[in-house]
Formats: sequence, structure tokens, C-alpha cells
Amino acid sequence: MLNRKGRRWGADACVVGFSGGGVGAEFGDPLRERMVVPSLKLQDLIEEIRGAKTQAQEREVIQKECAHIRASFRDGDPVHRHRQLAKLLYVHMLGYPAHFGQMECLKLIASSRFTDKRVGYLGAMLLLDERHDAHLLITNSIKNDLSQGIQPVQGLALCTLSTMGSAEMCRDLAPEVEKLLLQPSPYVRKKAILTAVHMIRKVPELSSVFLPPCAQLLHERHHGILLGTITLITELCERSPAALRHFRKVVPQLVHILRTLVTMGYSTEHSISGVSDPFLQVQILRLLRILGRNHEESSETMNDLLAQVATNTDTSRNAGNAVLFETVLTIMDIRSAAGLRVLAVNILGRFLLNSDRNIRYVALTSLLRLVQSDHSAVQRHRPTVVECLRETDASLSRRALELSLALVNSSNVRAMMQELQAFLESCPPDLRADCASGILLAAERFAPTKRWHIDTILHVLTTAGTHVRDDAVANLTQLIGGAQELHAYSVRRLYNALAEDISQQPLVQVAAWCIGEYGDLLLAGNCEEIEPLQVDEEEVLALLEKVLQSHMSLPATRGYALTALMKLSTRLCGDNKAAILEKMPLVERDGPQADEEAKESKEAAQLSEAAPVPTEPQASQLLDLLDLLDGASGDVQHPPPLDPSPGGALIHLLDLPCVPPPPAPIPDLKVFEREGVQLNLSFIRPPENPALLLITVTATNFSEGDVTHFICQAAVPKSLQLQLQAPSGNTVPARGGLPITQLFRILNPNKAPLRLKLRLTYDHFHQSVQEIFEVNNLPVESWQ
Amino acid sequence: MPAGFPPHSTTASLPQHSDRGFPFAAAAAAAAGQAPPRPRPAAAMQFMLLFSRQGKLRLQKWYVPLSDKEKKKITRELVQTVLARKPKMCSFLEWRDLKIVYKRYASLYFCCAIEDQDNELITLEIIHRYVELLDKYFGSVCELDIIFNFEKAYFILDEFLLGGEVQETSKKNVLKAIEQADLLQEEAETPRSVLEEIGLT
Repeated sequence: MLNRKGRRWGADACVVGFSGGGVGAEFGDPLRERMVVPSLKLQDLIEEIRGAKTQAQEREVIQKECAHIRASFRDGDPVHRHRQLAKLLYVHMLGYPAHFGQMECLKLIASSRFTDKRVGYLGAMLLLDERHDAHLLITNSIKNDLSQGIQPVQGLALCTLSTMGSAEMCRDLAPEVEKLLLQPSPYVRKKAILTAVHMIRKVPELSSVFLPPCAQLLHERHHGILLGTITLITELCERSPAALRHFRKVVPQLVHILRTLVTMGYSTEHSISGVSDPFLQVQILRLLRILGRNHEESSETMNDLLAQVATNTDTSRNAGNAVLFETVLTIMDIRSAAGLRVLAVNILGRFLLNSDRNIRYVALTSLLRLVQSDHSAVQRHRPTVVECLRETDASLSRRALELSLALVNSSNVRAMMQELQAFLESCPPDLRADCASGILLAAERFAPTKRWHIDTILHVLTTAGTHVRDDAVANLTQLIGGAQELHAYSVRRLYNALAEDISQQPLVQVAAWCIGEYGDLLLAGNCEEIEPLQVDEEEVLALLEKVLQSHMSLPATRGYALTALMKLSTRLCGDNKAAILEKMPLVERDGPQADEEAKESKEAAQLSEAAPVPTEPQASQLLDLLDLLDGASGDVQHPPPLDPSPGGALIHLLDLPCVPPPPAPIPDLKVFEREGVQLNLSFIRPPENPALLLITVTATNFSEGDVTHFICQAAVPKSLQLQLQAPSGNTVPARGGLPITQLFRILNPNKAPLRLKLRLTYDHFHQSVQEIFEVNNLPVESWQ
Repeated sequence: MPAGFPPHSTTASLPQHSDRGFPFAAAAAAAAGQAPPRPRPAAAMQFMLLFSRQGKLRLQKWYVPLSDKEKKKITRELVQTVLARKPKMCSFLEWRDLKIVYKRYASLYFCCAIEDQDNELITLEIIHRYVELLDKYFGSVCELDIIFNFEKAYFILDEFLLGGEVQETSKKNVLKAIEQADLLQEEAETPRSVLEEIGLT
């Protein structure tokens, strides 16, 4: 026995090491005596290269050796040519250029020595390809070797031809290969058959040459020949419908071959783990698939056999599973009986439970391909599929996710969503976006109730908000908007979610929108579906303001928050925060202001109308009011009619910028108290308009009895202009009920000292109350 | 070439991978049922690469025509991708529009590229059979054997696969063929003058 292992390459006794000595001339070979350049043995070169400590060193060694090799090629040394080329092939594998060896391949192939041919053909496969014109030059050598060479040489030629043979070469050499198909030696025939496969791939017309021999070849018993033949027939059928029709007639024969294989039992030569020649079985099954596809008769012929293979194949090792897998693919692709299809899907279901990860992988991939066509069969394995979501290998969990989403339907949607949402929380980041969209899509299609739908979307937004698609926000707002009965529920849940986390932009946007729309429901406090929560306006506004100012908020998010704040300012009333009220005039332009003008002119008209009728107690009392003021400031005058273009005064208001910070707040003033009823004044001097003073009058009631029919009237000195807005109401409920507020606008361009007289009338404890008084201790900042 | 035959590109390069996105039900539906006819004529196995854990190439067998540059690029990218895989991951991965089947034996990775419709599980058997053949030939094969006898590794592969297809399913037959070839080589290397002396030329 030859010792293959170890560092021998041929029995060449000529060589000494690279650095050393002379050339041995042991056999007196004249050729050898001529040689001066000692050449390294292949293994010695390999050792030297591996000994290099750095990349640079390696490069140096190799470049030096390549120089020698080139020289050797130039000198045309035939004896060591094979060794030189072998070394060149080695450095080529390391990534170094070796093109100068191409012609040497030709020479070696043309040599009569087997060693030369062996290396030469290897070189041709590694260095030559159809891009190089040089490749055609070996055609002749191949032709010679095919027709005259000994079997191993024919083998080398066929191998090379099937690896790198170009279309031109194939055309040229087809006749030679055809002859070899029918040679007695199976060694050559099996190679010739596969070479024919390659030739057809390159030159499809050659099908006509290689089709006829197939029928006879199919009767061979040599596994290699059979395998090659079946591969050849497969190739022919895939290329030509005519060939496909032609070969349908061999289906019974193929069935017979496969059946023999399966029932044959153990054969040491061809069995793997108790499965007879799985390579051949798989190839036959593949051909059967192509022949049975769309063909009732053929499918029927193979039906029983497929069932037999499916049930009898040993599944304890990969070889058996490989055959089983191919069987399943065939069953699903041909016109098989329904029962057989279910059997196939069940095999895949069993694969899902296999401890071998690879088997689970092919199962998931196949089930995904079948989930549309065989939905109910695949549904039966849903629990197992869902288990696969927990796979640690991402390529498996990805497939499990795809398959799970495809299996969601209206009857399993609740359970499936639970699993998928759990998966969403822990899945790898690159699957998040797909999982989130998948859940949202499935929810849209199969949501059992609107509330469930909202809950599901909310959960996705909280868990994976950053991975959600842009239209999710619009979809959710539309969904909530359309579900009137769930407005309170939605706004409550979204408020809670927002309060916990303002970083997830889609969630924040939806929550902001919802709070803006349904803030009143939020503040109302009760919602039957979740626990009552006491939220007050300040909290809500503070939260929205936080969103507005957070650096995490995108511009779009800020937009949502701002809009919500604006909406809330109209929807929330009775707020005594002057800041909120201040924003209102800025937003309300012509329309609402016209209303205010109308109201004010009505008020002023009432006053002026009342004035010239002294008999009316009201009017006289008003005059009293004015008289008192006259004493202090001079002329008595009716309260001046409203400026015909009240827009003038209001225009000043329009000039106000957004929330200018007041220079220093003017302290509030309590001006009246009687039996638990209080009146408070608060002052604002907008910095941009020094002539303007805004007074908010607030009436509160801490007594045990309600205050009703409350009216407050005011008068100022004639050099000032006074405009009264409509009060927020006429009633102040007992025990700290909602106060009444009213806004006075006073224009004082001359900075005249402010004096203010108030007249209050209301019912309290079943009595009419009337109070007239001048406000004392008005702060100077209110008019200076 | 007559119409109707799918043309074989003589400058075939592996098509660029268009994003293998998330198929969803729609795409799954498209793939379900009938498999489409093979779009291009290529070998079942496109190539096989052997490389070490440091990414050093030990064998490269290409069954499709590609330029040296393309081969280098593919090798570099694929080696990186496979080496990045964790030990507990499955042996299959999708890369460009090919399926990659790989398995590690000791310090060597065996990596095959197969077509979409090929059976991954049988490819694992192909790899395993090749390793068994190497093992039988070298006697407890290790990476060093393949390094120092790379041509032998090629010769053995060429007796097992041809043009990317399995040619011989009997381990015995493959090893016998190699033996005979080695014998021929030994004889061929016997110095010529000795042969002449004996009377053979």
C-alpha cells in the first residue's frame, strides 16, 4: 500500500533544499545534468510559506519562488514542469497571480506521462476558463485523450470538460462523449453521462444527441450510471416540453427502480444509516416530481410508492430525513390524492418537533410555501409553529414569525396575538419592524372587537413604537375617532401610557391627538371600563407641555401636542389661569372677536340706554355710581359709547406676541366679602400694550347656600375706556362650587389714575343682595 | 440558438441579491403550488469552498464560470458571513439568491452553494460523504493533510462529484479509483532510465 499521508510528492530524488547544494545526477540523466536551478518540492514550499511570520515575508517567499518557476517555464524543463505548476496552483489558492502558468497546463496535458496529465488537467480547471482564448487550445488534447487514452486519462478529460468546458468546446467534443456513453466500463460511462449534462447546459441543441441513449442507460444496474442517467433525463425534461412528454413513459420504470431500492434492504456499499443510496433516491424523487407535475396519470402511477417511501423511511438520521423531505416536496407538487397531501404536511409537522435544527428549518420553509394552498392542513400544526417562535437561531424564528402571521384567522386571532405580542417584546431587533407590522395588519383584518383592536395597537406602540410604520398613527386615530363608545376608554388608556413614557413618538402623537379631542372625557373622571382616575387639567396640560418641550419629541410630535393644547383651551372652561385665556385672543381672529364686540356693544348699549331714564331704579343707581366717580375726577359723563371701530382697541390685542412674559405680576386683590361670598380681582398689564389693563373678576362662594342671578357692573373715570366681557355664568354653587369669572378690559392711554366702582346684585339665602362700592387699594402698577 | 431554449450566459456571474425582504402571505402564495421552471441552466452545486477558522482558503471548486475577481469577492464575503455564524445556528443560510449549506469539521469549514430548488439535507450528506472519503484516504484526516496534499483533495473530490453533480455513490468505488490513479502516478514517476534498463519505455 502506498503511504499517501506525509510529505511526499512523487519519487523525485533529485532535489535538494532551496538554499543548498548541487543537483544530484544519480541516474546520469542528461536532462538532469543540464539543470542548474534547484527547485523546491511542493511540500517544502508550503512549509516555507507557512513559516513566514508576516504577510510581507510570505509575499517575499512567494515572489522569489514564482520568479524561479517562471524561469523554469521559460527554460522549458519538462521533467519538473508538473511540480512547478503544482506549486503555482498552491500560491494561486493563496490569492497570488498565476496566469503565466496557463500555457504550461496545455503542455502538461499534451504530455504522455500520467503525472503530467493529472496536474495539467487540474491546472486547466483552476486557471483556464472560457474567458481566455487559451482554453480552446486544450480541445485537441482532450479529444485525443477521450478517444485514445486509458480509462483514468479519459476520466481526467471528462472531468475537466464538465468543469470548464465552454460552449464551443462542447460542440466540438460532443461526438466523442456520445461514443463513451455506450462504452463497457462503468467508470468512464458514468462520467460521460454527467459530461453530457454539462454539455446540454452549455449548448441546449445537444439535447437531440443525448436524449436517445437514455432509455437504454436506464436499464443499467450500476448506481453511478443510474444516477447520472436520471440527472441527464431531469436536465432534458426541464429544458424541453417535448422531452418531458417523451419521458413520461418511463415513470413506471422509475417507480420500479425506487421501489427496489427501498425494499432492498441494507447494502454496505450504498447505504447511509440504513437508507439505501439516499443520493439516488432523492434524484429519482426529483425526476418523478417533474414528470408528475400537472399530469394526472403519472401522478397516480407514483402515488402508492410515494406513500410507501413516506411511511417506511428511517427518520433517525439525516439521510432518511433528506429522502423524506424530497418525498414531501414531490407529493406537494404533483396531483396527489388528498390523503397523501395531508400525510406530507404531517411529516413536516413532525419535522418541526425534531431536535435537529436543520430539519426544523426545512420544515418551516416548506410549510411557508404550503400555507396558502393547504391552509387547513398547516393550521393543525399551529401550536408547534408558535413554539418555534422561541428559537434562538434568528433564521428559524424569522420563518416561524412569517408562518405564524400567515396562520392567523378570525377564530384563533386572540390566542395568536397573545403569542405574537409576547414575541414582539423579546424578539431580535431586526425582526421587530416586521413583527409589529404583521401584528397590526392581522389586527386590522381579524379584530374581534374595536376595543381589542385599540388595545392591540396600543400594546404594539408601547412595545415597539419606533419600529412602527408611518401610517400606524393615522390608522389608529381614525380607528379611535370612529369608535365613539370607546372615546373615554381610549383617551384614558392613552393618557396613562403617555404619562409613563413620552419617548415613543407614534404613541405620543396618538395620545396627544386623543387628549386634544377627548380631553373633556378624560377630566370627567369616570369610565366604566377601567378604574376611575382623577385627572385634573393642570396635570394634563403639564404633560402636554412636557411633550412639547422634550428633546425627544420630533417636530411632528410637537405639532400634535400644540394642536392638542389649542383644542383643550376651547374645550376646558372655568380655568382661572390668565395665561390660558391670554392665548385665546391670539387664535380667535375675525369671527369670534366680532361676537365679542357684539356682546360688548350690547352691554354698553344697556348701560347707555339705562342712563337717560332716571325713574328706573337701575339707571338711577348707575347714575349714583357715576356721581361718586365725578366727585373725584371732574366731569360727569355717560360711559362713552363704544369706539365705532372697536377693532382699534382689539387690533392692539392682535399685536400681542405669543405668551410674552409679564414683567412682574401684579398682586391679586380681594375687593368684597359677604357671608362666604367673595370677589377677587387679578390684573394683567401686557408689556406690548402699556395702555391696556386686563382685570379678571372672580366670584367664589364658600357658604352653605347657592348664589344665583349674579350680575356685576362696573364704572371707571371718563378718561378711561372700559369693556366688559360676558361672565362665565350667573351661578356660584355653594361650598366652593365653580366660580364665576368675568374679564374687564380697560384702556388707559393717558395713564390716568385708575378708579373702579362695582355694583353687585345676586340672590343668596333666599334674599336679594345688592352691593355698590368703590374698589380701594388698587395697585399703582395697574395704571402707571 | 433556436428560440425557446433558455440562453446560457457565457459571462455568467451570480446575480446580485435583491433584498430578500419579508415575503408575507402574498409572496408565500406566489411560491406555493407549482415551482417555476429553472430560470437559468447552472449546476445543482455552484461551488464548494473549504476554509479554516481564520478564513484561509484550503480548496475552491467552481462549477460556474466566473472571473478571478468575482471568485475572490464571493469567497471573501461568504467566508466572512459563515465565520460570523454562532455555533448553535443551523447549517443553512440564504445568501444572494443562493442557498448556502455549510458544516464545520474540526478546524475546517465545508461550504457549498446550491440552487433554490435543491435539497439542503442531501447536500449535508454530500459534504459528509466527502469528509468520509478524505478520512479514509488520509487516515484520520486533519487540516494539515489537506494543506500539504491539496491536489489529492481535488482528485478525490473529482471522483465523487462531476460538473456539480454526484457521480458515484459507492465509497468503495471512489477510493478504488483514486488508488488506481495514484498507482499510475507512482509508475509514471519511476525514473525513465530505469524503465529503459528493464526494457520498458
